[in-house]
Amino acid sequence: MTSTASHPPAPAAAPRPSAPPAVVVHHVNKAFRIPHQQYHTLKERALHPFRGNTYDELHAVDDVHFEVAQGEFFGIVGRNGSGKSTLLKCLAGIYDVDSGDLHVRGRLSPFIELGVGFNMDLTARDNVMINAIMLGLTRQQARERFDDIIAFGGLEDFLDLKLKNYSSGMIVRLAFSVAIQVDAEVLLIDEVLAVGDAAFQQKCFAEFHRLKDEGRTILFVTHDMSAVERFCDRAVLLEKGKMVHIGEPYTVARRYNELNFGRTVHELPDEAEEGAEERFGDRSAAEIVEAWFENGAGERVGDMAHGEQCRVCMRVTFHELVEHPVFGFTLRNDVGATIFGAHSDMTIGPTGVFDADTEAIARFEFQNWLVASTYLLTPSIARHGPGADAYDLRTDIGQLIVHGGFYTGGVTNLPHTFEVTPA
Amino acid sequence: MSTRDVAGSSALAPSGGGHRSHGPSAFGDDLRRFWNLTLTLAATDFKLRYFGSVLGYFWSLARPLLFFGVLYVAFTRLLGLNEGIPHYPVYLLSSIVLWTFFTETTGGCVQCLLAREGLLRKMRFPRLVIPLSVALTALFNLGTNFVAVLAFAFASGVEVSWTWLELLPLMALMATFAVGIGMLLSALYVRFRDIQPIWEVLQQILFYGSPIIYVATLVGEKAGIKWQHALVTLNPIATILTQVRHAFVDGSAPTAAAAAGGTTRLLIPLAMIAAMFALGLWFFSREAPRIAENL
Repeated sequence: MTSTASHPPAPAAAPRPSAPPAVVVHHVNKAFRIPHQQYHTLKERALHPFRGNTYDELHAVDDVHFEVAQGEFFGIVGRNGSGKSTLLKCLAGIYDVDSGDLHVRGRLSPFIELGVGFNMDLTARDNVMINAIMLGLTRQQARERFDDIIAFGGLEDFLDLKLKNYSSGMIVRLAFSVAIQVDAEVLLIDEVLAVGDAAFQQKCFAEFHRLKDEGRTILFVTHDMSAVERFCDRAVLLEKGKMVHIGEPYTVARRYNELNFGRTVHELPDEAEEGAEERFGDRSAAEIVEAWFENGAGERVGDMAHGEQCRVCMRVTFHELVEHPVFGFTLRNDVGATIFGAHSDMTIGPTGVFDADTEAIARFEFQNWLVASTYLLTPSIARHGPGADAYDLRTDIGQLIVHGGFYTGGVTNLPHTFEVTPA
Repeated sequence: MSTRDVAGSSALAPSGGGHRSHGPSAFGDDLRRFWNLTLTLAATDFKLRYFGSVLGYFWSLARPLLFFGVLYVAFTRLLGLNEGIPHYPVYLLSSIVLWTFFTETTGGCVQCLLAREGLLRKMRFPRLVIPLSVALTALFNLGTNFVAVLAFAFASGVEVSWTWLELLPLMALMATFAVGIGMLLSALYVRFRDIQPIWEVLQQILFYGSPIIYVATLVGEKAGIKWQHALVTLNPIATILTQVRHAFVDGSAPTAAAAAGGTTRLLIPLAMIAAMFALGLWFFSREAPRIAENL
């Protein structure tokens, strides 16, 4: 049997349509009143009995309407202030809704903040019990699962240590273990998990996948489109409290990127990580003016689908005569790992002679087999010859968001063939 | 402001399993979890208090005992309030311990919601758990403090009697009254931050207005003015303490009914306790769904 995996099929839509939905959000509205003048005391209220009745209404969630099937991994995405966290708090039962209805079938474990109710002056043992009870277990159930919780966090040796003596990593591990072990049917995950290191995130996501395979429903709130595409079955995009788009993660991610970058693609290279940029080299002979990504049609882009033709470009100004400079590009992914680098010396050899006060554009083209993630571009220009004698090197000045494609756990999806033959 | 359409919700609700009203409320929908949570929060507070320092128990006892010492010296040696009152020190100590329970509950409730803000903003749980856990912690303290009171009563030669059992329903009445006030104060504090000083002043008035350092009958004898007498004997705390004196300290002292001037008059303080509890519960339940966002 032979098949090629160049462009993956779209992920399946909501699974198990026969089962009743795990979460129903029915025309939900939630507004916050922002008084023009807020009175916090009885005295103020008594002194100004007729003032302070004016207020603005902020519609944090505006007529949001969707259902999530049992066993679905559902993404809620949106920019800052789009109302996604308010919606999550309504779902978690922390805020009451103004109108509309919310129903959650089964027990719900909110990962809005890990370790809520942890007390630093108590031992891990006590804290686990308290946290488990807060999350809805009975004392009996909490006792029964205690060993599993500790084992999952790998904290057997620190049971009777007070929490204030734990490292922050250990606290997060402990909190995560409790939240995972309460056996909730519905998990609400806020982007708070993004604070962990890459290895911890990977472990969390592996665990979420296991839970999903067990039929749990997961609602996942994030900014990270690559995570949405990797994990979610469906997603909803919110903007200013309203639903903008609901459907397959790929299309949602597209819309999200349009919202964010659509109007500002051309400014992107300068905008991206302005403070984080580091610059090396004396720039006396040559200087990198800008760097950007282009699609196959030669248009500047900030995001791109997996499998498309991709060009990495830089514009260079020469201040003096330079012979055969070496142009280089390095791409790093969201966790800072270098995915690949290329330089002109390796590919084309001598690049030519450039006069003072001229400009040049270097383009490096490849088929985009990168997995969905965010990539940062570091262009460089260096003196010809051995050693890394850079005229100019600007770290992470360009950004490309790649969406679509399989998530395999690796950093690229290489085009490949598969063959199975009876031997 | 739009209102929640409850009738419409039930039509859409998946039958069984789903929460009918999903937002936060005072009681929640699982009484067992409600009780588990209250107990856990109270036990944690209690534990932190007693195991936080080696002398934990001593410290929690020291406050009422020192207060007792000061009042005892001031009011027996200087003012002679103890004249003609058998076992006055026992009465003074037991009333101070009960009063401490009352102030710990009500005073603790005032800011309890703010103190647990982290939980309220991050978790779904019955909101009433928080003030109730404060009351429960105070009740634990009352239990441990009363051990000292009993020891003191034995040492002072108070006669052991079956009427000591009356202490339990009396404490229950005191707890009901305190929780009622506590619920009201905690919910009010979310809106008005000056509830704190206001309650401190009211508490002072109540302290001197209740027969804690004196006995209720004294007012009738010394002042002889009817309305003052009524004011002092008919407030719920006075009624409870007067009956405690009769049942626990001195069987020959007048009962609450006698001090109030008739059994039917006892209905007034009892109605006050019930009304305060109902008012507190009503107000707290009304505010519960919005506590997290109003804090």
